[in-house]
Amino acid sequence: MAAESIKKTFWVALCLCVVCSILVSTTAVVLKPRQDENRSLDKKKNLLIAAGLIQGQERDREVIENAFAAVEGRVVDLATGKMVDDIDPTIFDPRQAAQGPDSYSIPPKKDLAKLRNRAKQAVIYLVKKDDKISQVVLPIHGKGLYSTLYGFLALGVDTKTVQGFAFYEQGETPGLGGEVENPAWKAQWRGKVLYDQDWRPNIQVVKGGVNPASPEAIHQVDAISGATMTSRGVENLLHYWLGDDGYGRFLTIFRNQRGVK
Amino acid sequence: MSKKKNILFKPLFDENPIALQILGICSALAVTTKLETAIVMSLAVIFVISFSNMAVALIRDHIPSSIRIIVQMTIIASLVIVADQFLKAFTYEISKQLSVYVGLIITNCIVMGRAEGFAMKNSATDSFLDGLGNGLGYGIILIAVAFFRELLGSGKLFGIQILPLINEGGWYQANGLMLLSPSAFFLIGLFIWALRTWKPEQVEKEN
Repeated sequence: MAAESIKKTFWVALCLCVVCSILVSTTAVVLKPRQDENRSLDKKKNLLIAAGLIQGQERDREVIENAFAAVEGRVVDLATGKMVDDIDPTIFDPRQAAQGPDSYSIPPKKDLAKLRNRAKQAVIYLVKKDDKISQVVLPIHGKGLYSTLYGFLALGVDTKTVQGFAFYEQGETPGLGGEVENPAWKAQWRGKVLYDQDWRPNIQVVKGGVNPASPEAIHQVDAISGATMTSRGVENLLHYWLGDDGYGRFLTIFRNQRGVK
Repeated sequence: MSKKKNILFKPLFDENPIALQILGICSALAVTTKLETAIVMSLAVIFVISFSNMAVALIRDHIPSSIRIIVQMTIIASLVIVADQFLKAFTYEISKQLSVYVGLIITNCIVMGRAEGFAMKNSATDSFLDGLGNGLGYGIILIAVAFFRELLGSGKLFGIQILPLINEGGWYQANGLMLLSPSAFFLIGLFIWALRTWKPEQVEKEN
């Protein structure tokens, strides 16, 4: 049969591949702007959820944009901890910058979040209430088991009490590691204290449940069952970002300016 | 005409891919905790299976049998990516909840099974209808499972509270088991029981 010759087999395979790749790449390219817009709205939404400014079910674009008006993005140089004014926080993309030539390679010993590279600057968000800063929202990310987890950590002005914590992008196993997005798990972070008295990062994700009577309970959160590696990843990435290589210097300056002891 | 009707409607109850052939169970467990995700997933599967069937049938005379499975896979995989891209662009929230399961339509045995078992031997129109029918048959079960899981598991339908929950001051004690995967097995089992009582000819003969 003609359909069986090697030549024909190659031709059929080649034509099919060309047609399919055109189909796939066209859809991907045409739909990309829409997807990017969704992603940026989703990011804003998750920032607002972490900060407790909107409810989790909110889907209305306008409500999200309005609530976001109370949030001010600022670029911070992580090496000095100072705010930088010559970079526009709405345009600066730390994810892209981390891939660029001007990125910072994290020394392997300090690289708890297993990121290898990060941008030299980060965009942090100041949430204002009645013209006073009420929260600082820090974007954080780090490796879980399979994927990089991206999230927001909302701290009170004392820079150590969690006001909210939420991941908005992850590719962990649904039902196991994917439970980092579970509202019940996220809710237990609220009120936890991330630093000890000497301002060393102190937060643990513990197996088997937190004993509320223990004096350490304020620094502890339940691990996710069936997701040891993801839970450990969350703990490690928090330690990295709260440490001096992460937002440590910025947070020190921030609280010194406000006289937080 | 009646033949075409048969092709389209037989897979709904008489030859349901989930209930009779017990295919495609994996995603039926994973995406049925809510009606919304189940419906979107069903639509994605209907789209993929109809068009993959049609495409395979169109070129069936030119597919060398030595590479036919990979040809089918390529077509199915491309359509799945297209469906996934559309979901990400237009129903972002739901596509996040469906996460990997849209991608996993590629490995859904129903899609491959219909391409290999039906579309390789029949005309494009018939194959399209067969895909549509099987997709709908899959969707019916998915939506029925999701209906019970969402209603009994969280007292909601389409995210709207139907049964007021005890911990919110109502009277309904939510059945947490319904939100876990095994409950989908139980429900599918009950559906198969009901279906085979209604249509006894589906019961397998004892050896």
